[in-house]
Amino acid sequence: MSLASTNIHARPNRSWWKQNQQMLTPYLFLIPGIVFFLVYVIVPVFQSFWLSGFDWDGLGEKEWIGLANYRELFDDSAFYTSLNNNVLWLVLYMVAVPLGLAIALFLNQKVRFMRAYKSLFFFPFVISQVVVGLIFAWFYAPGFGLFYLLIEWLTGRGIAVLADPDLVTYGIIAAGLWPQIAYTMILYLTGLNAVDPEQIEAARLDGAKGFRMLWFVILPQLRPATFIAVVVTVIGALRSFDLVSIMTDGGPFGSSRVLSFYMYEQALSEYGYRMGYGASIAVILFLIMLVFISGFVWKMVGDERKGF
Amino acid sequence: MFPRPIQQRSRAAQIAYQAALPLALILWLLPLIGVAITSIKPAADLAAGNYFGMPSSLAFSNYVDVFTNSPIGQYIWNSFKVTIPTVIGTLVLSSLTGFALGIYKFRANIWIFFMFVAGNFVPFQILMVPVRDMTVQLGLYNTTLGLVLFHIAFQTGFCTLFMRNFIRALPRALVEAARVEGVSEVRIFWYVVLPLMRPALAALAVLVFTFIWNDYFWATVLTTSKETQPVTAGLYSLNGLWIAQWQLVSAGAIMAAMPPVAMFFLMQRHFIAGLTLGAVK
Repeated sequence: MSLASTNIHARPNRSWWKQNQQMLTPYLFLIPGIVFFLVYVIVPVFQSFWLSGFDWDGLGEKEWIGLANYRELFDDSAFYTSLNNNVLWLVLYMVAVPLGLAIALFLNQKVRFMRAYKSLFFFPFVISQVVVGLIFAWFYAPGFGLFYLLIEWLTGRGIAVLADPDLVTYGIIAAGLWPQIAYTMILYLTGLNAVDPEQIEAARLDGAKGFRMLWFVILPQLRPATFIAVVVTVIGALRSFDLVSIMTDGGPFGSSRVLSFYMYEQALSEYGYRMGYGASIAVILFLIMLVFISGFVWKMVGDERKGF
Repeated sequence: MFPRPIQQRSRAAQIAYQAALPLALILWLLPLIGVAITSIKPAADLAAGNYFGMPSSLAFSNYVDVFTNSPIGQYIWNSFKVTIPTVIGTLVLSSLTGFALGIYKFRANIWIFFMFVAGNFVPFQILMVPVRDMTVQLGLYNTTLGLVLFHIAFQTGFCTLFMRNFIRALPRALVEAARVEGVSEVRIFWYVVLPLMRPALAALAVLVFTFIWNDYFWATVLTTSKETQPVTAGLYSLNGLWIAQWQLVSAGAIMAAMPPVAMFFLMQRHFIAGLTLGAVK
C-alpha cells in the first residue's frame, strides 16, 4: 500500500494515465482524423451555405446579398439545362445496376481463364475518367470514330454525337456507364460468391429455375450488393464532372452541362470569378444529394445499431 | 451456384459459352482496343484514312514523341508526388480512427462514425469554393502539399469506415487478453491490432492510390501549372494542344492510365476486397 502511494506521488501523470487510458485512448486516436475531416469536409459544407448569400469574386470584399443568388438561379436557363441533365444522368445511370448484374451472371462460371476474364471486364473502372472520356471522344469522332462509322454503315449517315445538342448528354452518359457497369458487376460477382448453395439446391428441387429462381431466391440474397451498387451509382451520377469537362467542356452551346460542371464554370469563370453564385449551385446539388445521403446513412446506422 | 454451372449443360452449350466469352470481351473493350491500336499507328496512316485497319507499321515512336515533346513525364511525376504521400497519410489517420471506433465503446462512437460515413457521400463540389479559398489563404494554392492535405482529409472518411469494419471483425478476445496481461492501449494498437490489419492496409493502399491518381476535379481546382499538375489535369491541356492528332492523344492517355492499371493487376485480390466491402453480409 505504502509502495503504491509513493509511486503515485513519484509519477502522478503516468498513473493517472494508466487508470484512465481506456477512456482516453479512443479520443487521442480520433483527434487527428477528426480535425482533418472537420476542417476540409464538414465545415466547408456549412461555409458553402454561408457563401451562397454573398456576391464575391474570390479576392475582394464579400458583399452580402441575401437570397439574390438563388433568385438569379431560378431565372437562369443554363441552370435548368444542368438540372435537367443531372436528372437524366441519375435515371439513366441506374441502368448500370441491372446491366452489372447481367454481366456478373454471365461471368459467374468456373471455366479456364475465368479470373482473367473477370479482371479484364473490370478494367474500365481502373482507368481514370479523363482517359475514358478521351477514349469515347475518339469512339464518337465524326468521320473516323468506330461508333460514327457503325451508324453510318447502318443508316447511311453518321452522327456526330458530341456536336449534337440533343444527343450529347446521352453520349457522355454512355461513356460514364462503361466504368460504372464494371463497378456494379464486381459488386455482384462478390455477392454471387456468397449466395447460399443449399438454398439454391432446395429451390431447384422445388422446380425453380431461370428468371423465377433469380427473382425469388437469388436477388433477396444479393440485397447488400444491390444496396451498395445503388449507392455508388447515385453518387457517381451526381458527381459527374470529369467526363463533361474532358469530352465537351459543357458544349455544344452549354447543352451538356451538369450542376457540378456549371458550378465550376461560374465560380472560376474566365469572365470573372463568381464564388457566391457557384456556391449557391453547389448548395442545390448538395440538397439533391442530401435526400439520398440521409436515406443511405439512415439504413447504415440502423444496421450498425442492430449489430453492436 | 447460380446460374447453373455450364459443365452440367449440353456439350453444345459449353462450346457456345466458350466462344461467347472472348467475343463479349472484345465487344466490351472495343473502345479501348481502338485507342490502343491508334496509339501505335504512324501519323501517315491516319492522314491516309487508315483509321480502322491494322497499322502499316508499329509506330512506338508516338510514345517517344509524347514523352520527349510534351511535359507528360513531369505530369506523371507530379501524380506520384501527390498520390504516394496521400496514401501514407490516409493510412496513418484511418488506422488510428478505425482502431478507436472499432475497439472502444463510448457514447459518441456511433455519431463520429456517422459523421465520417455521411461526409463520404457529400458531392465534393460543395467543398470547392471554401477549400480553394482556404488553400489560397494558407499559401498552398498550386502546390502539391495543398492537394495532398485535401485528399488525405477526404479519403479518411471512406478509409475510416473500412478500417473500423475490418477491426470489428477481428476476434475481440485478443484485445481483452492483452488488457488482462496489463499491456497498455497504445501497445495493443501497435503490437496486437496493427499486424492483423495488414490485409486492410494493403486493400486501402491500392484503392486510394487509384482514386487519387485518377482524380481530375481537385487537380484542376487546386493546381494550375505544369510544375504541379497531376497527369489527369495535364492530359486535359495536352488534349487541347494536340487537336486531331489522335495518335498522340491515345499514346498520352495510355501512358497516364498505366500506373493504376499496373497496381490493379499486381494487387488484384486486395483491390477487389477493398472495393466490394459491404457487398456481402
